[in-house]
Amino acid sequence: MATNGTVKVELRVRRYNPERDEKPYWGSFEMEAEPEDRVLDLLHHVQWYLDGTLAMRRSCAHGVCGSDAMRINGQNMLACKALVKNLVRGGKGRIQVEPIYGMRVIKDLIVDMEPFMEHYRSVMPYFVNDEPAPENGRERLQSPEDRERFDEATKCILCAACTTSCPSYWANGTYVGPAAIVQAHRFIFDSRDKAGKDRLAILSQENGVWRCRTIFNCTTACPREIPVTQLIAEVKGAM
Amino acid sequence: MQVHQFDAVIIGAGGAGLMAALYASEQVNTAVISKLYPTRSHTGAAQGGIGAALGNLEEDHWEWHAFDTVKGGDYLADQDAVDVLCKEAVDTVIELEHMGLPFDRTPDGKISQRRFGGHTNNETGKPVRRACHAADRTGHMILQTLYQQCIKNNVNFFDEFQVIDIVMNGDRPAAVIAIEIGTGELHVFQAKAFMFATGGWGKVWTITSNAYTLTGDGNTVLYRRGIPMEDMEFYQFHPTGIYRLGILITEGVRGEGGVLLNGEGERFMERYAPTIKDLASRDVVSRAIYLELKDGRGVNGKPYVHLDVTPKTVNHYLKEAGENRSIDAHYIESKLPDILDFCRTYLGVNPVSEPMPVQPTAHYAMGGIPTDVDCRVLGDAEGTVIPGLYAAGEAACVSVHGANRLGTNSLVDLVVFGRRGGKAMADYCKGAEFVELPANPTAEAEAQLNRIRQSKGKTRVATLRKEMQAVMSEYVGVFREEDGMAKAVEQVRELKERFENDICIDDQGSIHNYDLLEAWCLGSLLDLAEVTAVSALARKESRGAHSREDFKARDDVNFLQHTFAAMGPDGKIALSYKPVVIDRYQPKERVY
Ligand SMILES: Cc1cc2nc3c(=O)[nH]c(=O)nc-3n(C[C@H](O)[C@H](O)[C@H](O)COP(=O)(O)OP(=O)(O)OC[C@H]3O[C@@H](n4cnc5c(N)ncnc54)[C@H](O)[C@@H]3O)c2cc1C
Ligand code: SF4
Ligand code: FES
Repeated sequence: MATNGTVKVELRVRRYNPERDEKPYWGSFEMEAEPEDRVLDLLHHVQWYLDGTLAMRRSCAHGVCGSDAMRINGQNMLACKALVKNLVRGGKGRIQVEPIYGMRVIKDLIVDMEPFMEHYRSVMPYFVNDEPAPENGRERLQSPEDRERFDEATKCILCAACTTSCPSYWANGTYVGPAAIVQAHRFIFDSRDKAGKDRLAILSQENGVWRCRTIFNCTTACPREIPVTQLIAEVKGAM
Repeated sequence: MQVHQFDAVIIGAGGAGLMAALYASEQVNTAVISKLYPTRSHTGAAQGGIGAALGNLEEDHWEWHAFDTVKGGDYLADQDAVDVLCKEAVDTVIELEHMGLPFDRTPDGKISQRRFGGHTNNETGKPVRRACHAADRTGHMILQTLYQQCIKNNVNFFDEFQVIDIVMNGDRPAAVIAIEIGTGELHVFQAKAFMFATGGWGKVWTITSNAYTLTGDGNTVLYRRGIPMEDMEFYQFHPTGIYRLGILITEGVRGEGGVLLNGEGERFMERYAPTIKDLASRDVVSRAIYLELKDGRGVNGKPYVHLDVTPKTVNHYLKEAGENRSIDAHYIESKLPDILDFCRTYLGVNPVSEPMPVQPTAHYAMGGIPTDVDCRVLGDAEGTVIPGLYAAGEAACVSVHGANRLGTNSLVDLVVFGRRGGKAMADYCKGAEFVELPANPTAEAEAQLNRIRQSKGKTRVATLRKEMQAVMSEYVGVFREEDGMAKAVEQVRELKERFENDICIDDQGSIHNYDLLEAWCLGSLLDLAEVTAVSALARKESRGAHSREDFKARDDVNFLQHTFAAMGPDGKIALSYKPVVIDRYQPKERVY
């Protein structure tokens, strides 16, 4: 440990500005950090005080909005949930930040999210039940056990950490990817929903669940601790 | 420059904007503009619950909810609007369930409800189970559900477009101007009706539960065009933010039985609110914490107290209260998974076995863009409606929260008034024409951006922002007094000067230029900070969240009225006042 508990960090950031750079390169910034600092805090330090051209997305800063999935020391994480003390051992070290893989880089850490959103939209990620609601004007009933059945999937914040850590997705971007399957799971296993069959039909196609090779990267990457691989298996099992 | 035409344009894709979009788009051609991808909106951070008197677990009535809301707001809320809120809360929550929202369930399959601060059985004064919840991610579920339904209904979205100006023709809105963040290009959105649902501005203060992107843009855009801001002095400090980080720990923790303990291990809320204790309204609890800290009863001499939800402590107090339920670690894990995760991740504290260090955190704007119950924006304290202009959600002030919002009432506000506003806009559009665009509609927006791009000063935007936050936290926080607020006004004005003349930015590009946009957002925060401080200075009483050390009592003779602060043509702020609608509950002393 350095004096008074601070850590000397070399923050390496994969940079690319299409208005300025012909190709991506590594930028490097030296700074003193607290062990409890988030990587997001370090990136802010750069943006606010060292180089205002650094571009990234972020909003909530506590892991609930899904804006800032990045590849940090080779693993997909949210920058706002990645703490210095878990990345650097001892008083000195390097933290390396890159945009998530498998997506077109627009600028620095910002990638084009449209293909990801398109896959998401393709699985009917919305509740369907055209039957009349209860006549007493109240809620549809659902037992706590039935509600529990799809609880994990409801935690998803669409951060794309899973999909962009998946070798099957890197190899073939037409694969809907784990995030879209998690979203489909959310409705397929909801006892109130009526379109499960349609979603299973979509996911049984060539670019659906069968492209999953059970590599588990998605489960490791998920900042919401959703057992993604297991949910994919459940969807496969329902076919 | 690109020009678009829609009947209705909604700015903001949080709970309020999306609900409005669902309703408006059923009838007229609607677009939603959002600087964030909709699911990144801060509605997704809301944790504890949405209040509605469903009575699923015990007797409850919307009228009780209404009284609690009026009392919680220290009698400043307009009571006709509160009736709308609490009555419509019931069927909007049912409507959300019908849209698929995965609420937690009672053993008999109904929507589960929990206790929350200030929500009571009006006969006994004891806490009532009114907060409908989905674990501790109720806001996330609302945001996801509404967005999902928007996808189902093919709503038009302009994601990552930031609105920076509204073009008025006389007193009528003609278009909004947005910068496409990905390209830097300016777009003109012409419409018959516009709704601002751009959320709050907690970034005015240092310690806040709010996202980095909550900078009050919509309010500022309107304010700069002469629209008044209502009740800006009423800003809520939530009692339980994570020490130093400000991340919110939901009141649901106390609703589940958690208690606040000072450095001596005392459950101090018993002294401040003998009946309802830890579940008193937020302003009351925040002040209590502040006073404990001031009297040297923080934990380990540090400026925080403990929030304890360990089964041992909770069961001790449940037993003391004569309740025959008890909780275990598994129960906490299932009801508060995200709270546990935040504490474990950021503090290395495990709330199942240790207490959490908490301090008050800047949380919620009761004030904002003045509207009527159909979300129509008011142009002055006389209540003159501006045709075609609407606002909803945290950006707006109906006013249903008065001087202090009760927990769970913002999420209700979003969906109840989002729905009413969406319908009202659609109805308006059917009988309205487009307002003629003036020549060169983007001139002012371009000028604002160019001033920032070309400023050749020395001060970094982040440095200036930090100074503003420090000033506002010091002088316009939980407790206030004359000299401090006067200093705040003066210093914020100096900061505004420096913002005009002495900032510098690095990025001169067009693509995702956050250097530029963050500077613009600081300008917005500075304007709102000034309005807040000026409004606060003029209110010589203590009411709800506005607590003055030099005027400790509420003064219904002189201040039972809403503040309207507008920027005059000379750039100076002019204050005027609007009477409060009181039709059911006469103001009483407020005790919990
Ligand atoms: C941590 C936390 C927990 C909370 N818990 C609860 C709770 O349990 N119960 C409760 O009732 N309330 C709760 N609240 C309060 C409540 O969540 C918020 O008041 C509410 O979600 C605000 O919703 P909104 O739709 O008004 O705005 P937001 O959800 O903040 O959305 C604002 C939208 O405006 C857009 N926007 C902003 N500026 C621009 C611009 N210039 N151009 C284009 N778009 C723009 C953004 O992209 C975003 O889509 C909580 C708040 C916080 C911070
Ligand atoms: S499943 Fe997890 S990793 Fe994948 S998008 Fe959802 S939250 Fe992110
Ligand atoms: S900034 Fe919201 S998840 Fe990290």
